[in-house]
Amino acid sequence: MVEVENLTIRSGAFVASRLTLRIEGGSYGVLMGKTGCGKTTLLEAICGLRSVLEGSIRLCGRDVTRLRPAERQVGYVPQDLALFPTMSVREHLAFALRVRRVPAAETDRRVAITAEMLGISHLLERMPQGLSGGEAQRVALGRALAFQPQVLLLDEPLSALDDDTRQDMYQLLRDLQRRTGVTTLHVTHSRSEARALADQLFRFDKGVVQQQTLDLPD
Amino acid sequence: MTERSTDDETTASLPPLPACRPAPDWPFMAALVILGGSYVVLILALLVADAAYTTPGHLLESLAKPEIRYAIKLTLITCSIAAILSVWVATPLGYLLSRFRFPGRLLVDTLLDIPIVLPPLVIGLSLLILFHLPVGGTTIEDFLQQHLHLRVTYAIPSVILAQFAVACAFAVRTMRVTFDQISPRTEWVAMTLGCNRSQAFWRVVLPQAGRGALTALTVSWARSLGEFGPILVFSGATRFRTEVLSTTVFLELSVGNLNAAVAVSLLMVLVALVVLGIVRLFGTPASSGIV
Repeated sequence: MVEVENLTIRSGAFVASRLTLRIEGGSYGVLMGKTGCGKTTLLEAICGLRSVLEGSIRLCGRDVTRLRPAERQVGYVPQDLALFPTMSVREHLAFALRVRRVPAAETDRRVAITAEMLGISHLLERMPQGLSGGEAQRVALGRALAFQPQVLLLDEPLSALDDDTRQDMYQLLRDLQRRTGVTTLHVTHSRSEARALADQLFRFDKGVVQQQTLDLPD
Repeated sequence: MTERSTDDETTASLPPLPACRPAPDWPFMAALVILGGSYVVLILALLVADAAYTTPGHLLESLAKPEIRYAIKLTLITCSIAAILSVWVATPLGYLLSRFRFPGRLLVDTLLDIPIVLPPLVIGLSLLILFHLPVGGTTIEDFLQQHLHLRVTYAIPSVILAQFAVACAFAVRTMRVTFDQISPRTEWVAMTLGCNRSQAFWRVVLPQAGRGALTALTVSWARSLGEFGPILVFSGATRFRTEVLSTTVFLELSVGNLNAAVAVSLLMVLVALVVLGIVRLFGTPASSGIV
């Protein structure tokens, strides 16, 4: 569950105040809003990458407002994916496990399972530079999911993909969410993404986040 | 008077414009080659002139002299130590300046330009004054000699310090640009995956900064090789003690031995080409980061 209450955050000159949002455990929440409205800043605040001036963030019942990003158990996929250019796909999937000092054999087993789940087993030895947009997206998702986070945060993850790949990714994201049960917050400005994926829909407009019904107009 | 278009007028109703016939590209390309090439030609001309002035015999003769062999050895050692120290210090400093906003950042940034803009001779003079300025009844030089039995001024440590004082500023600039070009998002993602700042730096940022660190190393090494003014003031030019190749050129010139001075100059070019060539050869693995 993701509970954001009366949150005030600042990013440079931009301030968003008293934001409230609640995504039920295991739900797929989609947050829509125009470019520059502060969606990314809100997502980064939930990750712990932006300092919070006021309010609270609770993830699965635990108050994480003052915790460092590493302590929040949040999987994060930024808009530009931010893959590590010096690491292979295998190293991406193993990254969070190695940081947690998971034994090598167990790391290999988990990497194999994650890769299988995302359909990237054949890419494990590749470097990110040679991956297509859809493949890179799957690697970023795998990296974020490999340590079984409680919450998955996706910042416009499909914006750079072509239509066919995007349709595949809708299916993959729904499937992943069903199989892992991870509570997801997906930020987008695309109505078709919201229609295809959302269990709960929110709109960020004029500094206010409001929950909306799922029947979006075209 | 301007004509106003009517509502139903579109660009399709306007007469088509003729296709573009731009002027040829060769004048632009020629300007690039001539202007850029003039500098390359100047450097080549300098080297050719030096080579024409001296003979292989002079070069071998210089190489055979024990004082010049000592200078070559000291040059290689001091330049390498100064370059490694420079990168060692420039990496945290460049990272701090690139990633964090802190009080006095602008002042630090300006201070770092001082070794770049000041004449190197002044750096040497300032080092000499710093080490011999009485503070609390002693000087840094006396303190180091009494407590660590370390002589700095007019000894080998002063050569390294003089080279480091100037070269490090160039290494900091290089490392800062390197970190500026690495997206902080990769660190952020690493932190959400369980890293603290230090782990994110060592595991994610530093591997991407490899090429930049190598550039900083070569820039500071080359800068150290060319250092002369501060070494002359702070270390002196004593044969078999503080003589590096740049001071050899000066010493040979000062006694009117132009042939030897030119031969040593060419030797410096060769040493620089070999060392920088080796570093570049081994420092460009296919998987290195984007800098």
